[in-house]
Amino acid sequence: MRRKVNVLGGLAAWLWLAITVVPIYYIVVTSLRKQSAYFAEGPLSIPSAPTLDAYRLVFENEFVRYFANSLIVTLASVLVTLIVSLMASYYLVRSTTPGAARMLRLFLLGLAIPIQATIIPVYYMIVKLGLYDSLPALILPSIAFSIPISVLIIVNFLRDIPGELFESMRVDGATDWRILRSLALPLTRPALMTVGVYVGLNVWNSFLFPLILTQSSSVRVLPLSLWTYQGQFAVNVPAVLAAVTLSAVPVLAAYVVGRRQLVSGLTAGFGK
Amino acid sequence: MTLTTPVSTGAVASSHRTGEGPGRRRKGGVPFFMVVPAALVFGLFALLPLAGVVGLSFMEWDGLGTPTWAGLSQWAGVLSNPVTLDAMRLTVVFVVVSFVFQAPISLLLGVFMAGRQRNRALLAVLSFLPLVFSSAAVGIAFKALLDPNFGLSSVLPTGWLGGNLLGDPDRALYIVIFVVGWSFVPFHALLYQAGVRQIPAALYEAATLDGATTFQLFRFVTIPQLRYTIITSSTLMLVGSLTYFDLIFVLTGGGPGSATRILPLDMYLTGFRSYTMGAASAIGVILAAVGLAMSLLLNRLSGSGRMESQQAGL
Repeated sequence: MRRKVNVLGGLAAWLWLAITVVPIYYIVVTSLRKQSAYFAEGPLSIPSAPTLDAYRLVFENEFVRYFANSLIVTLASVLVTLIVSLMASYYLVRSTTPGAARMLRLFLLGLAIPIQATIIPVYYMIVKLGLYDSLPALILPSIAFSIPISVLIIVNFLRDIPGELFESMRVDGATDWRILRSLALPLTRPALMTVGVYVGLNVWNSFLFPLILTQSSSVRVLPLSLWTYQGQFAVNVPAVLAAVTLSAVPVLAAYVVGRRQLVSGLTAGFGK
Repeated sequence: MTLTTPVSTGAVASSHRTGEGPGRRRKGGVPFFMVVPAALVFGLFALLPLAGVVGLSFMEWDGLGTPTWAGLSQWAGVLSNPVTLDAMRLTVVFVVVSFVFQAPISLLLGVFMAGRQRNRALLAVLSFLPLVFSSAAVGIAFKALLDPNFGLSSVLPTGWLGGNLLGDPDRALYIVIFVVGWSFVPFHALLYQAGVRQIPAALYEAATLDGATTFQLFRFVTIPQLRYTIITSSTLMLVGSLTYFDLIFVLTGGGPGSATRILPLDMYLTGFRSYTMGAASAIGVILAAVGLAMSLLLNRLSGSGRMESQQAGL
């Protein structure tokens, strides 16, 4: 049976779609203009002489380095988050001590801690640890704030694995590492993918930690680089918007390649 | 080796190879060290800072030297500072208006995307696009787009939508709310889309056989079935906009004047621009308290079993 067409939703949807698309169109067409054309042509007109000058300028200004820094920070954060969260979830689900339940609640409390509110002590600690202005300064807090959501999602998955499977591996003499690797890891793979996508996107886009915990351009990450390009290129708006466009390409590519995974990654853990 | 009660964590960790009784295995036979790395990082860089921000709110610190005890003076200063008081007012407006703006659009868009209309795939792909931009990117793009000289103002009608939108203290906050909505509606629409897809088709079929109209289906089937999605999405929206920083920082920097200086920005500017970290920490404590209270309240509304299992709502 077909559902009836939702007229109200449809109207709102198409109107919102127009609002969504116009700014994106603007970003792309403006990045293809010559600097002089930016001042002369209408903001939404098709560029009369499209050029990649703006992109060349961005690449000449360390874009690749910022990209690499973002990649390192994101991959390291995701990898460590996945490993320590899987280990922790294994303990939290399989242990029957009252301490485990209390600890799970503590981790979940972390879901409600606003990152912004804790940034000043984080800054203090990073300075004291001698990590200020380094990539680990970005990686460590990113992991810490990714653990609650990761544990929530992985724990929910591990819980649904029948206890007999763990018991029978035990009886066969498997160590905890072996159980983790041969049972928990394969069975929680969807959850791990989801956590990877969600945490990865958050870290990739993060702006506040880099703004406060780093300074040098050698450890600058992509979102922060956009802000500094804005100062650097001052009146060259096409160059700034070329950097904005380039910064969206990796996520867009990920979306094209793994659309299903990316969407479920964004919605998992929050769904019904 | 026999486990004695109470079970100490050390005993559990050392017993996992030798404790042979199957019953004992089941009771806490998992090595404690598995949870240690996560607990360590989380405790050190999330929980400890939460305690630290409370401590620092009673200190005087310029961000470079050593914090010194200052008692309640930071709190007295913050609670009598007109800029911070105004930031609180702006934050309430920002959170409430953002919610009223985003929630209905997200719900309608999500429900629509989950349907079977033609062009739905195209709609889903296009409406996803803002999600590929970081907040910093969105802020910068809209700053250019709303530029009074070379931006959209030459295309938009004059009047309320004309002129220097971001430079007008009366309108800047609402423009910011719009841009934040532009950036976040797609995510919430995805949540709703996922939620709607989990509603059993039988419910719609039964209601349709009973002669329900489209609106009645929406009102009496879709909305009640989306209860948990609505609560989750609302929590994220409200707590999220309470602590919203990146986009506004890039788009307006809190200005013009302090027209868009909501609490997180006020905290950043107080701490890292004026170098009064104690006062900034007091603002941080206010943020954390309101955020935690809002999460707990909304979580209570959703039922206490919510965190226990994803299946609880079915």
